[in-house]
Amino acid sequence: MYSRAYKTLVSVPPILWAGIFLLLPYALMFAYSFWAVRDGVIVHQWNLHNYATLFSKPVYIEVLLRTMRIAVSVTVCSLLLGYPLAYYLSFRAGARKELLYQLVIVPLWVSYLVRGYAWKTILGSEGVLNGFLQYLHLTHEPVAFLLYSPFAVVLMLTHIYTPFVFLPIYAALEHIPRPLVEASQDLGAGSLQTFLRVILPLSIPGLLAGATFAFVLTLGDFLAPLLVGGASGTMIANVVQSLFGAAFDWPLGAAISACILILTISLLFLSERLEKRWSFK
Amino acid sequence: MSSAAANSQQRPPATPGTLLEVLGIAKRFGAREVLKGISLNIASGEFLTLLGESGSGKTTLLRLVAGFEQPAAGEIWMSGERLDTLPPYQRRVNTVFQHYALFPHLSVRENVAYGLRVKRTSATEIGGRVEEALRMVKMQEYADSRPSKLSGGQQQRVALSRALVNRPLLLLLDEPLSALDANLRKQMQGELKALQRELGITFLFVTHDQEEAMALSDRIALLRNGALEQVASPRDIYAHPATAYTAQFIGQTNLLRGEIKDGVARCGSLQWPVEGPSGAAIFSLRPEAIALASDGMVPSGTARFRAAVQQQFFSGASELLEVNCGGQLLRVRISARGPLSGEHEFVFSIADAIRVQE
Amino acid sequence: MNGHATNRRATFLKAYSALVFAFVYLPVVVLILYSFNRDGVGGFPPRHLTLDWYRQLFGDAPIWDAVVNSLMVAAGSVALSLTLGLLAALALDRADFPGKALFRRLVLLPLVLPGIITGLSLLMFAVFVGAQLSLFTVFLGHGTALISVAATELFAGLQKMDRAQEEASLDLGATPWQTFWRITLPNLKLSLIAAGLLIFTLSMDEIAVTFFLIGRDNTLPLEIWGRLRRGITPEINAVSTLIFAVSVGLIVIWYRMRASALSAEAQEFLERP
Repeated sequence: MYSRAYKTLVSVPPILWAGIFLLLPYALMFAYSFWAVRDGVIVHQWNLHNYATLFSKPVYIEVLLRTMRIAVSVTVCSLLLGYPLAYYLSFRAGARKELLYQLVIVPLWVSYLVRGYAWKTILGSEGVLNGFLQYLHLTHEPVAFLLYSPFAVVLMLTHIYTPFVFLPIYAALEHIPRPLVEASQDLGAGSLQTFLRVILPLSIPGLLAGATFAFVLTLGDFLAPLLVGGASGTMIANVVQSLFGAAFDWPLGAAISACILILTISLLFLSERLEKRWSFK
Repeated sequence: MSSAAANSQQRPPATPGTLLEVLGIAKRFGAREVLKGISLNIASGEFLTLLGESGSGKTTLLRLVAGFEQPAAGEIWMSGERLDTLPPYQRRVNTVFQHYALFPHLSVRENVAYGLRVKRTSATEIGGRVEEALRMVKMQEYADSRPSKLSGGQQQRVALSRALVNRPLLLLLDEPLSALDANLRKQMQGELKALQRELGITFLFVTHDQEEAMALSDRIALLRNGALEQVASPRDIYAHPATAYTAQFIGQTNLLRGEIKDGVARCGSLQWPVEGPSGAAIFSLRPEAIALASDGMVPSGTARFRAAVQQQFFSGASELLEVNCGGQLLRVRISARGPLSGEHEFVFSIADAIRVQE
Repeated sequence: MNGHATNRRATFLKAYSALVFAFVYLPVVVLILYSFNRDGVGGFPPRHLTLDWYRQLFGDAPIWDAVVNSLMVAAGSVALSLTLGLLAALALDRADFPGKALFRRLVLLPLVLPGIITGLSLLMFAVFVGAQLSLFTVFLGHGTALISVAATELFAGLQKMDRAQEEASLDLGATPWQTFWRITLPNLKLSLIAAGLLIFTLSMDEIAVTFFLIGRDNTLPLEIWGRLRRGITPEINAVSTLIFAVSVGLIVIWYRMRASALSAEAQEFLERP
């Protein structure tokens, strides 16, 4: 139905754009990762030192592991918060479902920075939470670990990603035909059993989508550690950021970025395969 | 375009009065052959129906004439000009789509005017022709409504008038009534038929409903697996089906399989004299062609048999009996008369046993 | 059945959901509250409420310069992303070409990729072509990253569109070009607006990619970010509250538009098979 001219006209500009502004930059990043820095200047000398450094120096490995732990924590917590909320909205909220859904969406539109900053002011030793606890005479001194710790990073990012995790799970739950639930109950299964045997399995694609999103984005986040992470809460992206900043070692930074990129793509592929396996069309 | 090339795209139709010529059209979707060398002529002013099951290729053929698909082989000519090489917007052909495809962001009036506006017709002419088109389908008072506010039947009329206002040489209708409920369907069938007669525009109609095809068409083209099974008027195709498939698809029938030997056809326990060489044979015998012997019709040239009534279905004016004749199940339609049971003698006219191909 | 257990579970779920809602909203509520607090961003309770911080905000020239910069970048990003995103969506929906699968993944990648990767790769690209970092490079960065949003939204809109409408338009004599303007685009109106609003909001809020592509002129998020390092005052709460209010305002506008453009009946009509 569409002529060749039409199809060419719509395809060429975005393909060119994708090539120049997406593919080429990634290629450059890979190229950089094989170069080196000598006396404060980037030298185009092809080598594998950067990757070797990344995987052998304990400081990098430690940060990597911490980042993984934080990413897993954020993902798990977001799921623990987002899934029940989605379930409640989809199956129990009745007439208020639409309104509540809009309410969940609203925070998504609110700036990441705004929400991160909010946590900063809440968790500090002079912050709102500490003030509140002392006001109630629950504590007498500020609780230290709240801010500038991995805990704060996990808390902040869970706050950010819970609505993101909620969305695909809610969509998946909404797609489950209600007659299935009725049939399950008709056959003798109570609500818990119905949930475990029918609803949960059918919602797995949405769950995977949300989890992947939260995990991947947490992995590469460098803003949250800068806001609330402190020294003990640094993540791998902060290392990259400083390598492109004060620590000036673009090739090493590029190598770490390349690894993050590859890891992200791999996780996306994996998630996609799993989602397909778990979608029953 | 050189005159030689121009001439090759123009030639008078094979027979006068023919509007559309489909010549050896074939179409493939991937590995599947959807149309296998179809050739068909449509006369000017005719109501021709493409009838078939889903997958028979009828919709594909329609879309080829409309211009939304390209043939893998073959040609289509209309009024002496090559049609299949033209894009859809240059063909004097308009389509009524199955789900109407009305533009939701335009009013009824704007929908109907669409074809005229894109060809930059003058505003005054548009106004007049749109009014006339809406009057034709009795939708004038809805002119300023949005399609979403109309019922299915109303939308269908708008779709019709949107196509007709352009005065096409050929109107294509892609199962336009299938989305309507039974009563509305019957009503629209009547209106469509009347409209076609009144306007004299050639209609190419696609449906899977054989009753609808028989009620509306001047001729029926029965498609099966991408090939033409039979093309004939409704009465012809009903009374003289060429194949067993046709006999069963159109109306109901009893397919009697047996053999002819020495001038006698033997199918199960039924036998009657027949002309033709010996060999295997299939006969189509319509249920209404069989009568109860006790009803008193015993002209010459009939065959008789005894059978036990196994099931009886009452349908107002008639009864449909399922009878067992020596293990062979037959269906018989007789006028309504109350419950029957046991063995009865049945009779049918030999001329009604039509020999069909496999 | 065990009615009691079911009831208890139902109540628990309801309470839990309420807690999740609270968790999601509370920080912002606190933030807004403390923007009126005379004594700073922390402590409890906020005793002296004042509008001073807002007054200070309105006199704060660098912030408003940054707002203007952000608006320019956002407007440009909307235009660029919508145009290229629309073309990409059309290409994905209608054209077949070698490498289409790769193209699709490439276009959608920035959505799920951490911003630092997009930002750094574009930085290296900028250095490679010898470009000066400025609002223009920021604009290119946002545009690139946000095409994904436009493409996704518009592709969904194209899929939902009744294909027969375009066929009907061609059938009635309109050329493909006429069909695009008269039928395809109007049908995509909602998707275009949704995508536009989303791109605008994301661009105004963008930090990660911007971080690496920024030149002398700051966008609003980066201006705020810079201040966070210097010492925080409720003025930052004030500007955050304003950002929140504008965001919510945009959502309300969006829903109003959506509601009027799609009356319930029209929605049913469009959702017919």
